[in-house]
Amino acid sequence: MAAFLPTLVKASYFLAALLFILGLKRMSSPRTARGGIVWAGAGMLVATLATFFLPGMHNLPLIAAAIALGTLAAWISGKRVAMTAMPQMVALYNGMGGGSAAAIGAGELLKFGAGEAASTTQLVLGVVGALIGAVSFSGSLIAFAKLQGWMDRRFVFAGQRFVNALVFLAALAAGAALVAGRLEVGVVIAFFALALAFGVMMTLPIGGADMPVVISMYNAFTGLAVAFEGFVLQNEAMIIAGMVVGAAGTLLTQLMAKAMNRSLANVLFGNFGAARGEAQAITGAQKPVEAADAAVMMAYAERVAIVPGYGMAVAQAQHKIWEFARLLIERGVKVRFAIHPVAGRMPGHMNVLLAEAGVPYDLIADMDDINPEFPATDVALVIGANDVVNPVAKTDPTSPIYGMPILDVASAKNVIVIKRGKGTGFAGIENALFYADNTRMLYGDGQAAAAELVAALKALDGGH
Amino acid sequence: MIDGFLALYIFMLAAFTGYEIISRVPVILHTPLMSGSNFVHGIVLVGAMVALGHAQTPLETAIGFLGVLLGAGNAAGGYVVTERMLEMFKSSKKAEGK
Repeated sequence: MAAFLPTLVKASYFLAALLFILGLKRMSSPRTARGGIVWAGAGMLVATLATFFLPGMHNLPLIAAAIALGTLAAWISGKRVAMTAMPQMVALYNGMGGGSAAAIGAGELLKFGAGEAASTTQLVLGVVGALIGAVSFSGSLIAFAKLQGWMDRRFVFAGQRFVNALVFLAALAAGAALVAGRLEVGVVIAFFALALAFGVMMTLPIGGADMPVVISMYNAFTGLAVAFEGFVLQNEAMIIAGMVVGAAGTLLTQLMAKAMNRSLANVLFGNFGAARGEAQAITGAQKPVEAADAAVMMAYAERVAIVPGYGMAVAQAQHKIWEFARLLIERGVKVRFAIHPVAGRMPGHMNVLLAEAGVPYDLIADMDDINPEFPATDVALVIGANDVVNPVAKTDPTSPIYGMPILDVASAKNVIVIKRGKGTGFAGIENALFYADNTRMLYGDGQAAAAELVAALKALDGGH
Repeated sequence: MIDGFLALYIFMLAAFTGYEIISRVPVILHTPLMSGSNFVHGIVLVGAMVALGHAQTPLETAIGFLGVLLGAGNAAGGYVVTERMLEMFKSSKKAEGK
């Protein structure tokens, strides 16, 4: 059928592929990023409309209805979701894409079974694409459920890896049977059931902290599945767009894993936090500070670095913190926000949360830029961040986070940590920073503490 | 007909394109970019439309319908959240200029 695609539809697919690549390219700079998504969106619109005019298409009202339903549901949920919940929404939409690719694979395999001609390459890529798509679908849904808090963080049992490997091999065997020509409905169903089960089982043992890497990996998976099913359908736009995302997603996954000091294999098969020996004892005591004193320290400082973590976003404190930062800037203090690559729940998530509060992106510094500046920084204000500022990552080889790149907050002249209580971070590791001589602890809820800082600063101004 | 080595060449060139585009992206844009690339593979919608458009049996129709539904969700959801995130990125210089 594909050989008879009219030139116009082919041209629109070409245009769509071009717009996708240009759009992604524009998204690589903060200045042009907004335009980038609009360009890519235009490409999607053109390709979707053109597809209605393909010759030999039936079920047009049904297609329109399905598009309307899917678009409406996703549009409304996408508009309503809070910025803190962005990672799981990406997982959800990504899972939908994987499911769609798997559905295409299922439909084509059934058609091949009913006697439609297919080359061996089409058959193989159709099966592989369906396998990857189905794994991405069920795996992404589990990732969504975990980040949404619907599911216990981890699910582990003895011999899990062995069972998972068995399920995967069984799925491969069913796929091989399909390629070998046993295109019966029963085999197709068994193949998809096994693939979906594998996606679930592979994601269950992975902890919440590692989820961003997994979501990014499934994003790349869906891209590949789309490219392979695009080959089966002889659809150039799907091949190009899918492959571009597959490659980009793979790179992004590597970058994230690297920022967390984990290999991908370690994320997928390792047990985070498995003890490597007795942790070095941390000596000293946590020294508390009052909000008023902390505010004065920063008001008369020359340079202040604010180090936000996911805890700040959970407490919805970013607006108050930005208000505080603006008051400092008005007093002539040089304020910068220092962001760890994995602050928040995925790389760049914290930037989104700060942007939502109105923080301009040129006040936000990456880890590599700000780390050399900490020794010249008078006060580092840590709010809701823990593991990413823990010096143990550099000093204690027995620590699970040993070797992870951290923000070098401890080298600032003074450190103020806003923290709810004395507990440990997401990874459950004691933080040596909290016991350091130059560290003062400001206990309290993030938003309340930030509000106290703002009030203290205003009182200071009013007094003069 | 795209087959054999032609497909392999397309796969290779597209993969390099994707790799190159991402390698120059600053960390601050990683989340929107992951979301943006998530939107781009929403093109799967087009394939699902073709599958449903050529469905003959009730089973094929049901699978095709599901495919279009999910594909549309991928595309629409990916677009909305990416646009929402990118809309918020502002420079302080620009803000002062206004």
